[in-house]
Amino acid sequence: MLDIKNLKASIAGKSILKGISLHVKPGEIHAIMGPNGSGKSTLASVLAGREYVDITDGTVSYFGKDLLGMSAEDRAKEGIFLGFQYPIEIPGVSMVNFMKTAVNEKRKHHGMDPLSASDFLKLMREKKELVEIDSKLANRSVNEGFSGGEKKKNEIFQMAMLEPKLAILDETDSGLDIDALRIVANGVNKIKKSDNSFIVITHYQRLLDYIVPDVVHVLYDGRIVKTSGKELALELEAKGYDWIKKEVENDVVA
Amino acid sequence: MDQDRILDEVTSGEYKYGFYSDIEAEQIQKGLNEDVIKTISAKKEEPSWLLEFRLKAFRHWQTMKMPAWPNLKIPAIDYQDIIYYSAPRQKAKLNSLDEVDPELKKTFDKLGIPLEEQKHLAGVAVDAVLDSVSVKTTFRETLAEMGIIFCSFSVAVKEYPELVKRYMGTVVPYTDNYFAALNSAVFSDGSFCYVPKGVRCPMELSTYFRINAANTGQFERTLLVADEESYVSYLEGCTAPMRDENQLHAAIVEIIAEKNAEVKYSTVQNWYPGDKDGKGGIFNFVTKRGMCRGESSKISWTQIETGSAITWKYPSCILRGDNSIGEFYSVAVTNNYQQADTGTKMIHIGKNTKSTIVSKGISAGKGQNSYRGLVKVLKNASNARNFSQCDSLLLGDKCGAHTFPYLEVDNQTAVVEHEATTSKIGEDQIFYCNQRGISTEDAVALIVNGYAREVINKLPMEFAVEAQKLLQISLEGSVG
Repeated sequence: MLDIKNLKASIAGKSILKGISLHVKPGEIHAIMGPNGSGKSTLASVLAGREYVDITDGTVSYFGKDLLGMSAEDRAKEGIFLGFQYPIEIPGVSMVNFMKTAVNEKRKHHGMDPLSASDFLKLMREKKELVEIDSKLANRSVNEGFSGGEKKKNEIFQMAMLEPKLAILDETDSGLDIDALRIVANGVNKIKKSDNSFIVITHYQRLLDYIVPDVVHVLYDGRIVKTSGKELALELEAKGYDWIKKEVENDVVA
Repeated sequence: MDQDRILDEVTSGEYKYGFYSDIEAEQIQKGLNEDVIKTISAKKEEPSWLLEFRLKAFRHWQTMKMPAWPNLKIPAIDYQDIIYYSAPRQKAKLNSLDEVDPELKKTFDKLGIPLEEQKHLAGVAVDAVLDSVSVKTTFRETLAEMGIIFCSFSVAVKEYPELVKRYMGTVVPYTDNYFAALNSAVFSDGSFCYVPKGVRCPMELSTYFRINAANTGQFERTLLVADEESYVSYLEGCTAPMRDENQLHAAIVEIIAEKNAEVKYSTVQNWYPGDKDGKGGIFNFVTKRGMCRGESSKISWTQIETGSAITWKYPSCILRGDNSIGEFYSVAVTNNYQQADTGTKMIHIGKNTKSTIVSKGISAGKGQNSYRGLVKVLKNASNARNFSQCDSLLLGDKCGAHTFPYLEVDNQTAVVEHEATTSKIGEDQIFYCNQRGISTEDAVALIVNGYAREVINKLPMEFAVEAQKLLQISLEGSVG
């Protein structure tokens, strides 16, 4: 469903992504790991359509369409979801209103009628239970005054509501205690179906104890330097990133 | 860029009420002097006491200067270049007194204000004012059955001179300020309402102000009296044609609430704001004040200010009765080159008086938005309470928000609280919405409506939806 070819991108003239290729098939979970500053979040931003990132080369096709030519909201309506590393607060806008607008915009895009108020509230209730989000959170303004953990759970809740085809979770595990981590991971596992895919960006192996990836990539200095099965995550956890760095440097010398 | 395109599209076509109706008008000569005032008074067949009042006001006005303290840039106004009286000429052959010229009816139909009672929103009575005169007041008879008087100011002067004489100028004396003095000299019509003791007015009363003729000013007065234990909810709306020249609107609203009475006064102000380059638009210089005369009385102002090139108004409450309550809820929008200096005064005189101020300014384009508020607690106002909250929301980086709160507290037992915030609709917020499939336009509308919700919720239900749409239209395209 997603085919990234030789993607290069820069921010304010500084080259961040230096030629990334990645192929994601329906139903797969890809984990992207890597040290700080390797370009993980930039990759997520490019896929979601943030404008401050300049694409300098490469292509991204999404179900055969040119993803880079689509607006951020069209990507969302076509089923791309970004779980933010730092979810944004929108004071005064209730979660109900926010989600109703989002869900109905997406339905409109696909030629469906908007949900009635009662159907919508029913859907909210179901999804809240599914991801074990406190029902009070849904009555508050979007992320306003939420704790770090609540914000992340709220991202998973929104993901459940929007039922994306491709969800990109940008360090959703950072700053979570073990209970919150379990709730977030369970949410992902419940939403997971045979035809939707996940790109899980993470710094640590521990999230991958709960969300089992099909493929693990290591991103370093703007390139994917290693791709392997789930056992790669364990190796990274045990040995750190230094050996990868060394390998890359040796390759360059060789 | 996309942003410029949207901005262009919207600012050039957004004002829906900019049309002009070709209605034959009876006008007097341009200019202002005692003869003009005598002419206006004579046209309205006024009693001599009212002419005296006008002349005294005019003489006082001549000694005054335009206020220089507002945070506004007001171009010089030539008061001799304004027509002070313009009345649509009604076709002579009307079958009954209640009938309205079809051309006028069409104008108000176009504004969404049908003048036939059966067609109108259930539960809303309207006084329709075009330029200098009231053209029709609906539901007069229905209301009269309950003893409620609702009519144009001119009719009130003729039919209820004692009531008008007793209350007019008691809350806003003609000496109050420059524009109040001007209005007192030349006012031509407006609405009058009296709700008798113990009566709860069963419908929303409203006045719809329309400026139509060119080169005219609109100077209307509204007087609202709620006798003991009564209740009334009142709404005013206003629009004007799009023109390159500025037009002056200087009104007075006076409210009197007796013991245990409650008055809710809502405004949806949508005067023509001028074009995107700041050309044209209405100067809206208005004095609005309510007096809580009796104990435990309550006056509540709600205003949604989206129009006008320049707004200068401070709907205020004088809390004279013990335990009386004053409220002010405001959303003021300035887009393009609009300027607003608006807020309120809460004067605590009685004991245990309470006031609440919630002001939400929204600035976009090159708009300048100032909140100016006074909370004054007099010596005898023990246990007075005030809570003020002034928030500013900025869209873009070429607009401005300013806050000028004044506190004068002469009683030790008073508790006065003031909170203020300034926020900006950030790119991050917009992107967050975009990523959930919400377009930028819808995201701005969501955020602005969320921000203004507390105030919009205070409007009568029928108008809350309208106000929400109006906010959206006023700001469309201001963030990209």
